[in-house]
Amino acid sequence: MSTYPDTYRYTKEHEWVAVDAGIGTIGITHHAQSELGDIVYVDLPKVGAKVDAGKSFGSVESVKAVSDIYSPVSGEVTEINEALSAAPEKLNEDPHGSAWLVKIRLTAPEEIQSLMSSADYQTYIKAEQ
Amino acid sequence: MIKKVRSHPTQNEPLLFERSSPGKKAYQLPALDVPEVDPAAALGGENVREEIPGFPEVSEVEVIRHFTRLSTWNYAIDLGVYPLGSCTMKYNPRINELVARLDGLAWAHPYQPETRSQGAFEVMAHLEQALEEITGMDAVTLQPAAGAQGELTGILLMRAYHEKQGNPRKKILIPDSAHGTNPATAAMVGYEVENIASNSHGMLDPEVLARAVTEDVAGIMVTNPNTLGVFERDIARAAEILHAKGALVYMDGANMNALVGIARPGDFGVDVMHLNLHKTFSTPHGGGGPGSGPVAVKKHLEPFLPAPRLKTTAEGLRLDFDRPDSIGRVRAFYGNFGVLVRALAYILAHGGNGLRNATVDAVLNANYIRRRLEPYYDLPYTAPNMHEVVFSDSKQAARGVRTGDIAKRLIDYGFHPYTVSFPLIVHGALMIEPTETEGKMEIDLLVDALISIALETENDPDVVKSAPHTTRVSRVDEVTAARRPVLRWKP
Repeated sequence: MSTYPDTYRYTKEHEWVAVDAGIGTIGITHHAQSELGDIVYVDLPKVGAKVDAGKSFGSVESVKAVSDIYSPVSGEVTEINEALSAAPEKLNEDPHGSAWLVKIRLTAPEEIQSLMSSADYQTYIKAEQ
Repeated sequence: MIKKVRSHPTQNEPLLFERSSPGKKAYQLPALDVPEVDPAAALGGENVREEIPGFPEVSEVEVIRHFTRLSTWNYAIDLGVYPLGSCTMKYNPRINELVARLDGLAWAHPYQPETRSQGAFEVMAHLEQALEEITGMDAVTLQPAAGAQGELTGILLMRAYHEKQGNPRKKILIPDSAHGTNPATAAMVGYEVENIASNSHGMLDPEVLARAVTEDVAGIMVTNPNTLGVFERDIARAAEILHAKGALVYMDGANMNALVGIARPGDFGVDVMHLNLHKTFSTPHGGGGPGSGPVAVKKHLEPFLPAPRLKTTAEGLRLDFDRPDSIGRVRAFYGNFGVLVRALAYILAHGGNGLRNATVDAVLNANYIRRRLEPYYDLPYTAPNMHEVVFSDSKQAARGVRTGDIAKRLIDYGFHPYTVSFPLIVHGALMIEPTETEGKMEIDLLVDALISIALETENDPDVVKSAPHTTRVSRVDEVTAARRPVLRWKP
């Protein structure tokens, strides 16, 4: 099984989004957490906040740096992963699963088309290294 | 081979709280010779407490020895080279201290009447003029207390300027090679930040810039030389592009040590900039003293400068508060005055030629380090560098050794580490700035140590990965410290 699920779409800024029934679940990629190192703090938007594709909606802080998280899609935040504030290390352990960041009700579902597939993303991070 | 060592006392030093025993004192007061006042009656009973729980009771000599011992665990510019890139950790000449301790300056009080503050005002006016001449700008405020506050002041000036024209605009452009504080500054002033990617030489690309500059752009924040230590060759062209759309150019002057006496930002299109007196002008830096971040502007921004401004009148220098367009005060009184005195002492002790020589030596030192270390460390950007040089750890990473490991091993060789993992556009950066302070002997020791660590990485990487070995405490658990910080000592 690939580290990067085929059903997800990926950004150049190393976020992933999985869409189900108009709701996009967003997280950071395995590559992102590995580059960041030990994550110590996660800053997420409030439920109800509007986010725009390509714009920052929060940040993750590791012992090395603070990095913005850019939304892959536009929409409204319907849920945030509360568990991360007490246990930010989950982002290092399970970035593609239980350590999702936010869920968003998509307002422009076609935006998904411009994101990378799993195979394209893996090619992209290889080239970046 | 370790050629230079310094002492690391290994005794455990208890906290003052742990040394406390009841009744010990570090003072002896004479008998009260005025009528005794009941504090509860004077202040209200709820504001008075009998004793401070857990307050340490220790003797004077215990306090002195405690802090003196702690001070020996420290590293300072007076102990050796401090190669932190972009920090310009240069020697603080003793003449600065001598001048700052002159009675009339050291004991000046900010509430003295203006007529009795003429000497202090003259120091400030003289420094303003010197900084105007060095930067090629038209006016200077000395108020900001440090670089980040200088940036904030500068961008507030930019905003005030645009507001006066009827539209504050929305965005500030920031190249990816800029200082990390720049985006924070722009956001604090209410601007959106747009990142501008550098070209393959690590420089601003005028064509990329031209596409980004619109009527929404308030200005650009550019660090020059940038954080790669590279001079922005197209800065004048970039300024033209911004100015053509009514936008302004802010220069982060943190790297001014590469320009003083050689190039003036006012001559290459900069509208507003800050200086770090604690970097370029040799005043104490870091824990050694407060900073100072004067802001220099061109004429069109002068009306907005923080009030009050020094003004020459027939009766001498006076403070002018009548500044209707001013953004207001950014700092109490006159800024960090003692630091201003030291900076002026540095400028006058060097004179024009001396300042120019300092710049030339700073650039020479960085280039010497680059030449000697190039065979051992990867140099990701090969454009000519100025006062600092940025390597990457990519050669060492193949052996599992990262920039942070090399920095920690450098401590074993008796040096303060260089800047680790910054700038962000270089993966695994080692950023080294020797400044003009260092002679060839000290620089060779530093370079030899870094070469030796590169060789250790090949032959015995574990020794580097587990460094430092000679310090009282080796690696601390940064992750737990950040995730579950314990901020308070409890018995």
